[in-house]
Amino acid sequence: MSRAWAAICMSDAGLPNGADVVVIGAGVTGLSAAWWLARSGLAVVVLDKGIVGWEASGRNGGGASHYQSPLFAEEQRLWPQMDDLLGYPTEYARERIIIQRDPALLDHYRAVGRMCTAMGYPVDDLDSRQAQELVPLTDETCLGGIHLRFGGHANPQRTVQAYAWALQDLGGRVIQHCQVSTIETKGGRASAVVTPRGTIACDALVVAAGPQTEALVAPLGIKFPLAAARAEMIVTEPAPLMKIGGVDGNGLYGRQTLRGNLAFGGGPHEWISTTPEGPPGRPTSPLTRNLARRVAEMFPRAAKLNVIRSWAGVIENTPDGRPIIDRPADPGNVTVATMSGVGFGLSPASGHAIRDLVVDGACSFTDIAKLSVARFAGLEPDWRERRGWAA
Amino acid sequence: MAADVHAIDGKIPAPDERFDLVVVGAGTAGTDAAIDAAKVGARVLLVDENPVPGAMIGTDVPQFFGGRATAAVQQQGRMVEQVFATNFRLEEAFEAGVDVRLGTVAWGLYVNGAAMRALPEPMLGIADAERAQMVGFDRLILATGARDIALGFAGWNQPGVIGAQGFALLLTRYEAFAGRRVMVVGSDRLGLETALLAADRGIEVAAIVEIADAIAGPADLAARVAAIGIPLLAGTTIAAASGGADGVERVTLTRMSDDSRHEVECDTIVLAIGVQPATELLEAAGAGPGEAIALIGDCAEARAPVSARLTAWAEALGRHATDDMIVCQCEEVTRADIIGVQPPRYLDRPAPMAARSLATLAADGPSHPDQIKRLTRAGMGQCQGRRCRDQVRCLLAKADGLPLDRVPVASFRAPVRPVPLSVLADWDERPDMTAGWDVWFGIPTQWTPYAVIGTPEEAEHVSGLGGNMHV
Repeated sequence: MSRAWAAICMSDAGLPNGADVVVIGAGVTGLSAAWWLARSGLAVVVLDKGIVGWEASGRNGGGASHYQSPLFAEEQRLWPQMDDLLGYPTEYARERIIIQRDPALLDHYRAVGRMCTAMGYPVDDLDSRQAQELVPLTDETCLGGIHLRFGGHANPQRTVQAYAWALQDLGGRVIQHCQVSTIETKGGRASAVVTPRGTIACDALVVAAGPQTEALVAPLGIKFPLAAARAEMIVTEPAPLMKIGGVDGNGLYGRQTLRGNLAFGGGPHEWISTTPEGPPGRPTSPLTRNLARRVAEMFPRAAKLNVIRSWAGVIENTPDGRPIIDRPADPGNVTVATMSGVGFGLSPASGHAIRDLVVDGACSFTDIAKLSVARFAGLEPDWRERRGWAA
Repeated sequence: MAADVHAIDGKIPAPDERFDLVVVGAGTAGTDAAIDAAKVGARVLLVDENPVPGAMIGTDVPQFFGGRATAAVQQQGRMVEQVFATNFRLEEAFEAGVDVRLGTVAWGLYVNGAAMRALPEPMLGIADAERAQMVGFDRLILATGARDIALGFAGWNQPGVIGAQGFALLLTRYEAFAGRRVMVVGSDRLGLETALLAADRGIEVAAIVEIADAIAGPADLAARVAAIGIPLLAGTTIAAASGGADGVERVTLTRMSDDSRHEVECDTIVLAIGVQPATELLEAAGAGPGEAIALIGDCAEARAPVSARLTAWAEALGRHATDDMIVCQCEEVTRADIIGVQPPRYLDRPAPMAARSLATLAADGPSHPDQIKRLTRAGMGQCQGRRCRDQVRCLLAKADGLPLDRVPVASFRAPVRPVPLSVLADWDERPDMTAGWDVWFGIPTQWTPYAVIGTPEEAEHVSGLGGNMHV
């Protein structure tokens, strides 16, 4: 935030004194949770150091096909309804295709497809001809692929804003440029959050602040191990619309937007240090060229399209790459969440699970016990170095 | 300490070529700097994007060419000769040993910082029509000039509305301006010099329009303009531009004081309201100038109009436009769409959207032009926001009740010039880049189906399927 902005925010006296639930982090997970909580009639305030969806939530591939998650069935149930439930467009589109030009990768994804089918999420194999029919931007270099008859994709920033607006329509508040400095406790429970603009009392607290979560909850005695990394995507000018825009492959994830742009990422990340203010920047690197090559290979008929921008996002990961969604016993009124780099698509369901934890103490629609923070109790202090994840 | 084979560290290749000095922009300042360095023995690369391919000119990249280039710009070979002929010092640069590359864009500047340490050294991405490459440098001089500030008015989104920089480029370096009679908007030094340049090149100047009550530029220039009979219309703004298939044919002007109107025939409206330094390479890199990177010429010296002046122009020009005026031409986003932060037309606009606006967004805390960009798509098109960036900023300042200089400018992103996928691509990728490539982080446990976690099958699953499971 610029100093000018800080001055403006500081002078704003519109901070509420308290709320039933304060949510720290206006990313997709925190906002979905806030929206679910507001739907249950609770007074919710969401605080963010910056703007809604400004970090990884608004900068990602928009994929919504994460079969591995216990939240996936609920996500699949909810996504087709989200525009109506929220009242704002998310740009959701169904189904995905993964094409490959490398025989080993094709075999690998065929195996993933068989696994998904066995889990009850049907996947069809595509031969080269079928793949070319479904993905007209590719050509005969495409060996084939798989067609996921489930999942889909949506527009990240639009969806995050939709959650924020839907929350406001239910009486919730979103306060931007308001970084939480500390969490106050009283009688062993979180009692308020302290910001430079004032203190907000709360009955319950949700912390879904991305890479910043670790430092925020450490003083509460919650060990919340995270490592943050920068990842990159590129965007082309619009191509003719394909029937299914959610096409991955050739080492890439992404989508064709409903406008036609090809937005794709993948490949190496860079582990970086973040501060309570957030990441120190979100630069892209010459990796842009490696991404351009893979997009050109995957879509040879689009190879002459201009790349018109690139962007980077900063993403946190837990040591096993799996989410943490938990309400630890002590302090009993704090729910903590990170989706470990796979949060956007699962957001309709992650918010529901967090709502359930806050209100009922347990998730009503699926078992999430294996996503508890306790699994990291014995984690080595040098876990980042051991994985090569040190910044 | 283990290494993460999926991390980028060490995988970004060294630049394809290295120079003691790389200069971007072969205008006067850039060419002089290149020659001076070469004469004292430095190995110098001078790149210039001109001549810009005809197709790019048609999309108003890198300047606001306004659809007023002649067919000559489609002939790249002829244009290369033309660019040489109009900068006699390029010959001297060649003789001094400067590696001069025309028709070559500098699309990305990369320097290490707190959020990126993976570069082996600072480097600049360049590309001609065939291929891209990375060049290293001890020193980089950006002589990238200035870019036009475009502000909208009724009818501005048609051929014949052009920026002063684009106009000057077509007239002086390309000799390919397709208009005959122009109206100049703005009477600061830029506007007066633009009118004098036009007159000098045999282009008729119908008038200079100024919203203020008096001519804003230096008196001597105003006198020279008056002396050759160009009408100076102070206290006047544009009500509308109208025309036909080839764009602008006439402008309806209106007096600021009493809204009285009159029509003026012209085929081109030159927006000479102001310029911004063309520093997008630095901005996209998140870097400032420093010991190794210097700005010279217009990109160091050009000053955008002061906030109040630019705001006054935006309001005066926008006053007679309706809210269905297109602001972002690439994505066809109207002023009403931006004020209402509405989604693009191919999406439904459900009833609750009607209650949303820049003003309601402002209530959450100051918003950012990038947020407006992502919600409305204004600035997301092929011209990379060149024509609408300043307008969106003005609308946001107004909605937020802030002076313009308190509102950030929509961010610039590499590639700062559109570059085709096949040209930008690194076709000689390093083997370790290829070997360590994973769709996502390459954390196999991330993809373990939940039911399998903690079961005897888990290890088998993790080793069997590995990474690359992002779907």
